[in-house]
Amino acid sequence: MARRRRQRPGPFDYSRKLSLQLVFVLATIFLYAPIIVLIIFSFNDSRRGGNVIWRGFTTDYYVKAANNASLIEAFTNSLTIAVISTIFSVILGAITAVVLWRWRFPLKPGFEGLVALPIVIPEICLGVAVAVFFSYFGLYVPPGTPWPFNLTNIIIAHITFSFPFAAMVIRTRLQSFNREMEEAAKDLGATEFQVFRDVILPHLKPGLIAGGLLAFTLSLDDFVITFFTSGPDTVTFPVKVYSMVRFSVTPEINAASTVLILITLVLTAIAMRYQSFGDDRQ
Amino acid sequence: MEDFRRSLRVFLAFFAPSFGWLALFFVAPLVIIFLYSVGETVSLTEVKTTWTFANYARLTEPEIVTLFVRSLWLAGISTVICLVVGYPVALVIATAPPRWKPWLLLIVILPFWTNLLIRTYALLNILGTRGRVNELFEWVWLQADGALRFVGLGEYQLLGEDYEPIVFLGRWSGVIIGLVYVHLPFTVLPIYAALERLERSYLEASLDLGAGQWRTFRSILLPMTLVGVITAAIITFIPMLGSYLTPALLGRGQVDMIANVIERQFKGANDWPFGAAMSLFLLYVTFIILALQAIVAMRRSRLQGRDHG
Repeated sequence: MARRRRQRPGPFDYSRKLSLQLVFVLATIFLYAPIIVLIIFSFNDSRRGGNVIWRGFTTDYYVKAANNASLIEAFTNSLTIAVISTIFSVILGAITAVVLWRWRFPLKPGFEGLVALPIVIPEICLGVAVAVFFSYFGLYVPPGTPWPFNLTNIIIAHITFSFPFAAMVIRTRLQSFNREMEEAAKDLGATEFQVFRDVILPHLKPGLIAGGLLAFTLSLDDFVITFFTSGPDTVTFPVKVYSMVRFSVTPEINAASTVLILITLVLTAIAMRYQSFGDDRQ
Repeated sequence: MEDFRRSLRVFLAFFAPSFGWLALFFVAPLVIIFLYSVGETVSLTEVKTTWTFANYARLTEPEIVTLFVRSLWLAGISTVICLVVGYPVALVIATAPPRWKPWLLLIVILPFWTNLLIRTYALLNILGTRGRVNELFEWVWLQADGALRFVGLGEYQLLGEDYEPIVFLGRWSGVIIGLVYVHLPFTVLPIYAALERLERSYLEASLDLGAGQWRTFRSILLPMTLVGVITAAIITFIPMLGSYLTPALLGRGQVDMIANVIERQFKGANDWPFGAAMSLFLLYVTFIILALQAIVAMRRSRLQGRDHG
């Protein structure tokens, strides 16, 4: 009996099964190969049909991308939108999380559903709705509006879809908050505001950072909603790349994409550090 | 939790900005798009609400029905592929040694953090008829052809005269590959979460009582993680159904999905009321799917409650 059991895989030893390992490896290759090829070919020294044949190493296209004024402008716009909408998303998200965590009030499930709605509805619906909303009220950004105010419409749209995500992350963090701490602070004479600033906020910090990074990535990643709310002068990086890809494939896109992937990697590393930092303190 | 009346002013200070933002920038746009969907275009940019159902009636035109069926079909097939690939991947992560787990999870999540457009573009780069994938297939073809020649079957040209590149772009296959590629991480995570919660002693019992690995999978593992699988299916299917970028880039305008046609109503055809009706219809479909999931989840939790009680 004992021998037979040793030969058979144990109850939860699926990770040792070769066939399953093979699926995992193939899935990993499938997920990563396109991105790795893109990064490699961003260094390809080929002008014509840049992505087909390897013609030697060059960093020319990084220089070209850096000198492409409209690409850099789109890149700057994307980062600006992401930073501003992240700040608002974290504030609104924290407020929403506190509302849902602290109070009992009529129609609360309805409000909870409303907060979750922007997360579940298809992006195209939200993009269309927000674009129509702006045009209905004539809220066009007048041409010549100074930067970054010309990005207002896009930023509003981004806050709308990213703050509910931030609220969810922050709410999860709030659930581990010990309410006796709050009561102790109040007994010792702290005002509502002091309790929030000195007791609740420090506890929330990891949640705020995680929620903020999520909002930042969502904003940087968004194409569809921006595509509907952006004007001809307010192009973001994804929208710019989309128009470049549709007309021609240039190696500059590979170079610029590689830079954005790098930024994402750095952000993910930061997110992971804070995530484990938060766990340690629990 | 405390009653909102006990600290009404603080409550309102928190509630107002949160609700206000959603009311103004989320609910109001949806209301306006509803008004558009029952309206008519009167001039280039003006739409008048006439409470007509003509825009919804147009959804039954054969072209639009075909479009919806195609979108459901593409998203459905891709979801099934994601589940079939995602389950073993989640299983490997969930059963890996603890110190490996976070890294294996990271491998799956990392692409999800990478820009959607860049990922789709990366896929576009390698799927062309002269792209890397076809290059790889050609190499395999040449090896196979060489092997056939070696065993003396060369003159029959069993594999054809030359390697024919497979066309992915502008075909269903390309869009399906793209949808799977983009959404696979969404599928893995809920299944992984369900596997982590699993009571492992049931599996032990099943194996001890003589059931094989496959039987254990079929009658214990799969039923016990079914809720996770359903969640994964829904979380994968809904964004797939509303996909814009994947069909636009990999379908090259030849394999349109709902979102592409909606976009055209707003940016090209300038038929806003019809576009509004279509996007609301997509929204209703989403709600129906979510409602079905809620019902299934409620049924299951009630059943489980009965089991334990």
